[in-house]
Amino acid sequence: MTSAVSFQKASRHFGSVRAVDAVDLDIAPGEFFAMLGPSGSGKTTCLRLIAGFEQPTSGSISIFGERAEGVPPYRRNVNTVFQDYALFPHLSVLDNVAYGLMVKGIGKAERHKAAKEALSLVRLPGYGARRPGQLSGGQRQRVALARALVNQPKVLLLDEPLGALDLKLRENMQEELKSLQKALGITFVFVTHDQGEALSMADRVAVFNDGKIMQIGTPEDIYQRPKTRFVADFVGSSNVLPPDFVQRYSGQHRWGSLRPESIRVGRTASGEGVSARLVSTNYLGATTKLALDADGLKLHAIVPAGTALPVEGETVMLTFNREYLHLMDEPV
Amino acid sequence: MSLDAAMPRATAPAILPGSGGLRGTLSDLFWRRPKVLLLLMLLPPVLWLGIVYIGSLFALLAQSFFSIDEFSGLINRQFTLKTYGDLFQAANLDIILRTVTMAALVTLASVAVAFPIAYYAARYARGRWKALFYLGIMLPLWSSYLVKIYAWKLILAKEGILTWLLAKLHLLWVLDAWLSLPVVGGNSLSVSFTGTFIVFVYVWLPFMILPVQAALERVPGNLVEASSDLGASPGQTFRNVLFPLALPGIVAGSIFTFSLTLGDYIIPQIIGTSRLFIGQAVYSQQGTAGNIPLAAAFTVVPIVIMGFYLWGAKRMGAFDAL
Repeated sequence: MTSAVSFQKASRHFGSVRAVDAVDLDIAPGEFFAMLGPSGSGKTTCLRLIAGFEQPTSGSISIFGERAEGVPPYRRNVNTVFQDYALFPHLSVLDNVAYGLMVKGIGKAERHKAAKEALSLVRLPGYGARRPGQLSGGQRQRVALARALVNQPKVLLLDEPLGALDLKLRENMQEELKSLQKALGITFVFVTHDQGEALSMADRVAVFNDGKIMQIGTPEDIYQRPKTRFVADFVGSSNVLPPDFVQRYSGQHRWGSLRPESIRVGRTASGEGVSARLVSTNYLGATTKLALDADGLKLHAIVPAGTALPVEGETVMLTFNREYLHLMDEPV
Repeated sequence: MSLDAAMPRATAPAILPGSGGLRGTLSDLFWRRPKVLLLLMLLPPVLWLGIVYIGSLFALLAQSFFSIDEFSGLINRQFTLKTYGDLFQAANLDIILRTVTMAALVTLASVAVAFPIAYYAARYARGRWKALFYLGIMLPLWSSYLVKIYAWKLILAKEGILTWLLAKLHLLWVLDAWLSLPVVGGNSLSVSFTGTFIVFVYVWLPFMILPVQAALERVPGNLVEASSDLGASPGQTFRNVLFPLALPGIVAGSIFTFSLTLGDYIIPQIIGTSRLFIGQAVYSQQGTAGNIPLAAAFTVVPIVIMGFYLWGAKRMGAFDAL
């Protein structure tokens, strides 16, 4: 099957900066694909390569089997929801949404009808006459979404679209985006630095660092079976364990990772386990995060709220089920 | 610890004492009553503008409702609209029409020349190139207006560098063909309306470039990307996004170029034909002819035209993007 988006050794260098470095990537049609990484990791440049705002320095990019190098953005059937929405301040909300249809030469009545439908799709019916400046952040974001979707793009690109929203709104939009994507069947490519967002929304996640993809997989893969220390650390802040430590439990001299919620914290003298000192506790509501120091090795554990906690400075015994200890393929 | 020595935390009071004296008292007063400060700051310029500037303008305009006694040449200080009637004499209407046409053409040409320069400066020029841009725009404004106009007279003269250059390029026939045209032509560029037009555009251009550049600077770059992303070709992006958002700047610039051309009397005096512009008419009516009322009536014309111009620009939505 043809990929919706395919990168073959695609690179984008700015002078000596390798923003995107020989990336291979295949995104399936209809997939909700997340690009996750810290800022400056190349995920946004990848998105801009798909949109056509950047051209690859080397390698090739195809969209539904068609080569896209040298094709300007306005000839790609791909639309973008920008990070700060980029709504046209001099146009009404309706004309903003109808913009793509207008430049394609579709008549006023028809494009306004389609724009109104798109506005109801994002649950903003009746907002057409307003100016973007009169809307809240969440509403602007919906308008930006409607403006992209009205063109029925083959691929929809979303650049940190929820970054500027407050927590409650962000959670609502996550669910809405997901159900919208299911209903429309359009390929969504979503850039975020928020691992929770990527894991909860995407079918597959690519983790970026330094212009390269560290790992591509389902959210479960990425979370449970990180391939590298970077992925383990960045996605859900796993405990990264050095080879000497791992050898004691698995017999193999390899780097390992252990999720903070897999660690059980017990009182001293409960038999076998790792002895550690409790450095600090951090109350998070449903859970409590413990910072621990096991002979210089810094560990985090997450325990459910209501667990009887030792006092800070006390020595505790850490135990974990060995099957949760994940061995990583690559050292870095 | 040095920090504790610098800020004795335990002994410091929660409310600091006032610094005392007139300055301290005034600072506290202005903080409590910000409007007093505003009033004090605004009073001098408002008095200057209101009395000296607008007041004298109204005194001048009042003159336009007087008339001149044709026998004695004395001003008859009685309200009359006769002077305004004189404006509609064929010769005077001709002057008004000529000036307005010139101002409109100069404005259009300024927009056409200024936009690409302003676009480059706003979108691409950074650091040193931006400094060079401002220097290039402002430098001509630092030298005398008269010197520049006389320099242009030499450039445009029959023996001037432009004729010489065109002769070298074997393009003299283009110039001759243009100069043989009615109205715009003449013996040489320096004594034709074309010459007047070129110098007007040159002299007023900075006043168009700067506001257009400021307007374009405020257009976020991602709006251009968004337009392109939604399928608009560069031309469509220009028409639908860049131009409407730059329009307030263009209108601001055109207020300068249009009104400055309407009122100028030196450029058409030095470079151009013997046919008059409004500024020259005002100059000769209040000077040699001694007809202050008609001179005053002539000065009303640009004010009324600019009023209509701004009203029309607003109706067309030129200020919507502000």
